[in-house]
Amino acid sequence: MKMDLITSLYVFMLAGFIGFEVIRRVSPLLHTPLMSLTNALDAIAVVGAILLVGAHKSRLSTILGTIAIVAATSNVVGGFMITDRMLKMFKSSRPQKP
Amino acid sequence: MNLMPSNGLLLEITYLIATALFILSLMWMSSPKTARHGVWAGELGMLLAVGGTLLDRGILDYKWIAIALVLGTIIGVPLGRVHMTAVPQRTALSHAFGALCVTLVGTSEFYLRSPDIPPFVMAVLGLEVILGSLTFTGSLMASGKLQEILPQRPITYKGQNVVNLGVLAIAVGLAIFLVIHPDRTHLFPLIVGIPLLFGVLMIIPIGGADMPTVISLLNSYAGLSAAAMGFVLNSKLLIVAGALDGASGFILSVNMSKAMNRSFSNVLFGAFGQEQAAVAGGAEARSVRSATAEEAAAILAAANKVVIVPGYGMAVAQAQHKVRELYDALTKRGVDVKFGIHPVAGRMPGHMNVLLAEADIPYDKLLDMDEINGEFPQTDVALVIGANDVTNPAARSDHASPIYGMPILDVDKARTVMVIKRSMSPGFAGIDNPLYYLDKTLMLFGDAKSFVNAIVRELHGDGQS
Repeated sequence: MKMDLITSLYVFMLAGFIGFEVIRRVSPLLHTPLMSLTNALDAIAVVGAILLVGAHKSRLSTILGTIAIVAATSNVVGGFMITDRMLKMFKSSRPQKP
Repeated sequence: MNLMPSNGLLLEITYLIATALFILSLMWMSSPKTARHGVWAGELGMLLAVGGTLLDRGILDYKWIAIALVLGTIIGVPLGRVHMTAVPQRTALSHAFGALCVTLVGTSEFYLRSPDIPPFVMAVLGLEVILGSLTFTGSLMASGKLQEILPQRPITYKGQNVVNLGVLAIAVGLAIFLVIHPDRTHLFPLIVGIPLLFGVLMIIPIGGADMPTVISLLNSYAGLSAAAMGFVLNSKLLIVAGALDGASGFILSVNMSKAMNRSFSNVLFGAFGQEQAAVAGGAEARSVRSATAEEAAAILAAANKVVIVPGYGMAVAQAQHKVRELYDALTKRGVDVKFGIHPVAGRMPGHMNVLLAEADIPYDKLLDMDEINGEFPQTDVALVIGANDVTNPAARSDHASPIYGMPILDVDKARTVMVIKRSMSPGFAGIDNPLYYLDKTLMLFGDAKSFVNAIVRELHGDGQS
């Protein structure tokens, strides 16, 4: 358990640094789709909710977990959809190379 | 609960690939050329992670999972098809959903594991539900204000910050107490409930113009709460996704607070919308020069280089498609037209770019503040549509101005400035704009959409004769 914790802290720290470096490079043009995309990725929390409901440990956990899956799934579906819709609209004035 | 599943290694590798895809996804967002690959990478990562999880042997009952996935999709599809002007409230709503998921899973985990929860797990669990529940109600409130279901007017009272921070401190204190005494399970509802209240209190003093900062901040909180959930469930994938989201929201909040000249601590503690104190002085009648659409069209047609500065007023007037027609008409005459976009234009970071891209304006003509400011001295006409404070030269020169120090678009350096505005009433901060009284400034009084339309008709009429 102790080792897990330390490993997790390392993962969090490294992911934080990667996040800063990667996000800093995102063009301000795309900050709105960036937010909807990170929101969709964040909904990976659905995995935790699925395991919770699947394990069927208690009635409370099943009910709360089911609502959690609904909420996260709507973010996954809606988030990716709207991000792609927005990105499709960004067109260059220079002719694209085929 | 052990989320290191029984058919462990394969699933762990699937999660590892998903994690890599998530990072790639954000890397590809760096340019509009590759950004759609980013969405596909994210989708693939999500598909792998969710698919792999569903095949996990630890899952005994699929009924509720299936129902929930279908319901979530039914809710998600319309949320993916909202109008582009509604994207800020949609985004706030999705922060609320994300936070709801995290809070509910955290709550279940607590009741499944208590009373013997190791101190560290209890600490991150506390963090998870506190951040999750304040983000849930905070985002719902923000979404309601943006959708104009709730009154947009900021509500402030004396000692508001003290009350808010006090409420939050109680929740944090109780969480710390639970870390030491995890058997006092009856306290747990309070560390969910109090932050729910705090989320509401936090957004009450927020006005529309502060929304870009608030949405970014809530985005960051949602990410951090998900990362905390990753610690509780020992899921590295979730820790990474949460950390990426948290970092993204954090960077955007810092950008927004810089663009509004607020200190970051001012933003962090939710002390938004405080400085609206009436600065009505100096409103003595000074003369302005106004012009008709015909005159404006003649000046624009004679220009070599035009920079259009759109603000939220343009979006409110739904003028972006007319602005595109103006862009087309001028470009056809050989005028170089660019757009100068302030970071806080619109109701969330980057909102204005999306609205203009939707109107089919090529993205390489959309320049952010740092890129465009060097070009104003060579610009013949700067056309301001529905923007006010972000063009106020007092922010550069007048130490007494409440917006002194705020980075602005230097439209006053252009040879001629035209401002489309309904009337002389000041902007959200109630600050008079000296730009309007310059000799080089022409005021075009009227509704943004119909005025731009009138200019376009003049330009066309001229061309056909």
